[in-house]
Amino acid sequence: MLMLKCPYCGVMADETELSAGGEAHLKRFGPQSSAEDFEGYLFARENPKGVHVERWRHVNGCGKWFHAARCTLTLEVFGTYSAQVTAPPQDIRDAIRAKHPDWRWRDMA
Amino acid sequence: MSEVWQNQSALPGASATGFARVDEIGLRGAIVLRGDLSSSAVKNVATGIGGVDMPGTLGINLVEERAVAWMSPDELLLMMPYAEVDVALGQIHKTLEGQHYLAQNVSDTRAGFLVSGARAREVLAKLTPADVSPDAFPKGVVRRSKLGQVPAAFWLNDEGDIEVICFRSVAQYVFDLLANAAKAGSEVGYFSIPD
Amino acid sequence: MSTRLATGGRLIDHAAPMTFTFNGKEMQGYAGDTLASALLANDRMLVGRSFKYHRPRGIMASGAEEPNALVGLGRDGQFEPNQRATTTELFDGLESTSQNHWPSLDHDIGAVNQYLGRVLPAGFYYKMFLYPRAFWKHVYEPFIRHSAGLGKAPQDRDADSYEHFHVHVDVLVIGGGIAGLQAACAAGRTGAKVLLIEQTAHWGGRAPVDGGVVDGISVDAFTQNLIAELDAMENVTMRLRTMGAGVYDHGYVLGYERRTDHAPDMGGPRHRLWRIRAARTITATGAIERPLSFSGNDIPGVMLASAVRDYAVNFGVAVGDRTLVVTNNDDGYRTAIALKNLGLDVPAVIDARPAGGGALAQEAASLGIRIETGKAVAKALGGKRITGAAVCAQAGTGSVDEEIECDCIAMSGGWSPVVHLWSHCGGKLIWDADHAFFRPDPARPPLGAEGQGVVMAAGSANGALDLAIALADADYAGRKAAEATGYRPKRGRPPEAEQAGEAPILPVWQMPEGADQTLRAKTWLDFQNDVKVTDVQLAAREGFESVEHTKRYTTLGMATDQGKLSNINGLAVLSEALGQAIPATGTTTFRPPYTPISMGAIAGEARGDLFQPLRRTPMHEWHEANGAEWEPVGQWRRPYCYIQGDETPADAVTREVTAVRQSLGLLDASTLGKIIVKGPDAGQFLDMMYTNMMSNLGIGKCRYGLMCNENGFLIDDGVVARIDADTWLCHTTTGGADHIHAHMEEWLQTEWWDWQVYTANVTEQWAQIAVVGPNARNLLEKFTDDDLSAEAFPFMTWKDVTLNSVRARVFRISFSGELSYEVATPAGMGRAVWNELLAGAEEFGATTYGTEALHVLRAEKGFIMIGDETDGTVTPQDLCLNWAVSKKKHDFIGKRGQQRSHLCDPKRWRLVGLQTLDGSVLPDGAYAATQARNANGQRKTIGRVTSTYYSPTLKRGIAMGLVENGPQRMGEVIDFPMLDGTVQQVRIVDPVQYDKAGEKQNV
Repeated sequence: MLMLKCPYCGVMADETELSAGGEAHLKRFGPQSSAEDFEGYLFARENPKGVHVERWRHVNGCGKWFHAARCTLTLEVFGTYSAQVTAPPQDIRDAIRAKHPDWRWRDMA
Repeated sequence: MSEVWQNQSALPGASATGFARVDEIGLRGAIVLRGDLSSSAVKNVATGIGGVDMPGTLGINLVEERAVAWMSPDELLLMMPYAEVDVALGQIHKTLEGQHYLAQNVSDTRAGFLVSGARAREVLAKLTPADVSPDAFPKGVVRRSKLGQVPAAFWLNDEGDIEVICFRSVAQYVFDLLANAAKAGSEVGYFSIPD
Repeated sequence: MSTRLATGGRLIDHAAPMTFTFNGKEMQGYAGDTLASALLANDRMLVGRSFKYHRPRGIMASGAEEPNALVGLGRDGQFEPNQRATTTELFDGLESTSQNHWPSLDHDIGAVNQYLGRVLPAGFYYKMFLYPRAFWKHVYEPFIRHSAGLGKAPQDRDADSYEHFHVHVDVLVIGGGIAGLQAACAAGRTGAKVLLIEQTAHWGGRAPVDGGVVDGISVDAFTQNLIAELDAMENVTMRLRTMGAGVYDHGYVLGYERRTDHAPDMGGPRHRLWRIRAARTITATGAIERPLSFSGNDIPGVMLASAVRDYAVNFGVAVGDRTLVVTNNDDGYRTAIALKNLGLDVPAVIDARPAGGGALAQEAASLGIRIETGKAVAKALGGKRITGAAVCAQAGTGSVDEEIECDCIAMSGGWSPVVHLWSHCGGKLIWDADHAFFRPDPARPPLGAEGQGVVMAAGSANGALDLAIALADADYAGRKAAEATGYRPKRGRPPEAEQAGEAPILPVWQMPEGADQTLRAKTWLDFQNDVKVTDVQLAAREGFESVEHTKRYTTLGMATDQGKLSNINGLAVLSEALGQAIPATGTTTFRPPYTPISMGAIAGEARGDLFQPLRRTPMHEWHEANGAEWEPVGQWRRPYCYIQGDETPADAVTREVTAVRQSLGLLDASTLGKIIVKGPDAGQFLDMMYTNMMSNLGIGKCRYGLMCNENGFLIDDGVVARIDADTWLCHTTTGGADHIHAHMEEWLQTEWWDWQVYTANVTEQWAQIAVVGPNARNLLEKFTDDDLSAEAFPFMTWKDVTLNSVRARVFRISFSGELSYEVATPAGMGRAVWNELLAGAEEFGATTYGTEALHVLRAEKGFIMIGDETDGTVTPQDLCLNWAVSKKKHDFIGKRGQQRSHLCDPKRWRLVGLQTLDGSVLPDGAYAATQARNANGQRKTIGRVTSTYYSPTLKRGIAMGLVENGPQRMGEVIDFPMLDGTVQQVRIVDPVQYDKAGEKQNV
């Protein structure tokens, strides 16, 4: 049972107070998009044994969505951060790379 | 046509006594106010209606029947006597006209319970994963979490005097949960009782 | 025989005798006894039968590791099977029964299995029950079902109550032995918030039994000092009878408190499950003594040496008159010394080590105890009780030197640290060859959220068997744990104990070393599941090289004790058979709980009325008092129909539908979701949420809207009302309120966070009453002066209306095809408004109606229902709702999904009405089939029923369904094969089967 700190209200939330929202930073593809792009958006998900960036909602709490960077193997949490960014912020990347220098995420630079 | 139609809280008069008391608190006015909590107009109207200072993150300030509770970074819950809600809403609409905000009367949306007694914290600790120890949950903090299987929020009116709010439809469930957890003979003896 | 000594027993109170029963026979014990010690005091050594061979089984241990002494406790609503007698505290009136035998414990017919031992080897079940195939169902499975399980399942509803308790601590210490006490003290002295839990009813663990001197005082006195110090600390909580059951992610630990098992009359919850969040956890869980593997080591009277000592010192029980001690380490001598000091006969200590033991051996020798070094037990003698032991050289094949008469064999095969809790959440082990055990590897602890170790082992659980080392280790763990949570340990030296000069252990996995097949076939590893040395060796020969496979093939360690005694011995035998070192074999996975915990504790308060939340509308009590048959809708209960007099539910539905069509009906619609969406960008936002246009909805108007997910599939529907320039009110389905609100917030917070939109779920603020039927307007006009005429208040608009001074928001919308108003008032007013409207409606012959009438009414009109016509794979186009899917909007959630080729396929199943030729009601979910065959040779299905009812209005069955290319096949008759083999012929018709022109709702 995880505990994640909600970056909006600061509560150290129990997993039962949260709901999981899958992979973070997906780019939405709408009506004009190609079949490949739309398929990727709708169905293709990273499933790493290792560092994952994911979406969570503090549903039994302040109700806000947020992002978390977490190792699926050790459950180490590298940080939680705003839902309103399209990629992990630098401090999160630094925290991850301090432990996993070769960490890569999709096509993120 | 008949008499004046009577308004009712969720479980009027519901009460149970064990090692702590559980009482339904009856009708109370409540307004959800969403907006930019850093704007002075929002702060002014909220504190004006609540009669208290603006609370910070996770904060609640209360005086008698009035309170302002921080619910999320863009949401406050204003509490006041039931009869004053319409006036308060009018005040909000007038003050914030032209701004982006949302204010709705939610006086009937929730049920409220008072859990009282020296071991009131233990009643909650049986039901919520939130840390309700004196250090983590002092007076002035509102914690939104779960009680049993439903969402709820709670704060201290005073030590030994915890107020719990939940959605109206689950009032009976939450009352039963609290009453069951407060049953005499099920004291845990975990939190130290202040003298 | 085993007897109670006249004096002694540090845990029992000779002044407080208690009566209990075993298999109906009354016996005496004392307060402080366990059921096991009391049974032994009554010379009840044989307490059960083994699982497979029904061998006689006696008590073997004194704690949680006990494999044999499983009993049923209590009766009726308080009966519980498979309880360990060794961890059951005695109370006056306790009732216990033995298990797994027939007709009686002493004469068990199943014991014939032991003579079949040679034909019941490891993997017997897998080999035997394969052929002939036909035997499985009628012979093998019934046989296995009959034999499976030890105790009997309780028949009655559990009469006790249970609860959870959540705590958040800095340092959790599991285990209240001397190491746990010391660790808790060291942590507590820093000011850290500490919780110390101990599974038994006593603090101190083994130390007071084993003795020693700490800081110049007896270990018993030292322990008492620690307890007193802890007790005085405000920041420390101590709980007895609370077992650390499991360690989970991010410092989550379950503690299992057995509150009233020892005192059933105490009242309150029986068990309490502590749900603990600990920043650091210290496992001071001690160690468990290992049995020795010699022939006949399962005969009642063969017991762990430490248990023999415990029974003597703690309970004043002599397990035997003549106790032979057999050991491979110094600790066994403690038992010999303790017994000798109590005046009991110890004919010899058989020490497998050629050089014998250290200081304790010398002490034993000085007491006049005969010591035989380099020796082994070749064979334990006896049937239902030990009568003696054949002694041989450990080095040989077992030629007997002599037989020693005894009625108890105390065996010590060395100690294994209890590493279960350390291992539950990923802590790794190392093999300590010097001590011949696995112990926690401090370099690879369970990790917490920060990526750091969050569990430390302390004392003998950490491999520190020596008292002096254990205390220093525990002191260090306590300080370190507190320091890691932000407290500063004070300076000070750890307590110092006198070290006993111990000689090293000799790993002995088989006694004697060269024991032949005959001896090995009677040498037990797993006593509860009857796994012998030969079984593990057979598994190795048959290719089971992984310890996990061997476990499952032989069932080693799979019994209720989870192999607490058998695992290390078993994997040592496996390693030897595989010719590899023990660490190369490794251990099986340790999984929580440490010992079984009650289902009641897991459920906590969630049973009976509290099993699940039940959501009630403001009118719930009225429904209940007026014949409502309930239908669960999510967590809501909605009236399905209202039964009057002798009506059947079908009668009631017919009456309700008819009343609505002919005059007037009232429906509690409070459960419908209501979400306020407000802001400068709210119109744009709703245009994305709904498939149709909402931004251009006029103020005061209502519009039916559809919501899809990105796949393009329909997820919800409802009427949207424009409240003012920047405010909309979205109605959702009953089940949709919470998740549609969440869906909206998700898009606003995570995709369009720069849009200025706020939402609020106001579902519960409002009671909503649908007033439906030709007399609907007439009823409302009785309560208001507001103009409700068709001109002033047309269809698909809303209006604030004052009903007898109550302000209501009234929506003129219809889900029945009738003239209809949905009246929303604050929830607190709901019950009063409902009462008054009903009273006013009496003159119209009105009725309240439930969800089934609502369904019939909507189905007559061909209105779809989310969850009936949709199942998560249905698009609006499938339901011929293209009119509600905007072609003008360049985007909405689901638009791209609906462009996919499969969703545009003209052959998709689409909505039609279905009419049986004989007028009967089609079964729900029936499939239409053609004579064509699919790739699997089955008849090809071309459609299915989604909604089907008897229509009181049309006086025949009506149905809706999805049919391949359906709308193009109007009038066609298709076949629906029935379960009984008959075929229903059904005509494809317009889904709207009543008032196609919509004249009734538009009056």
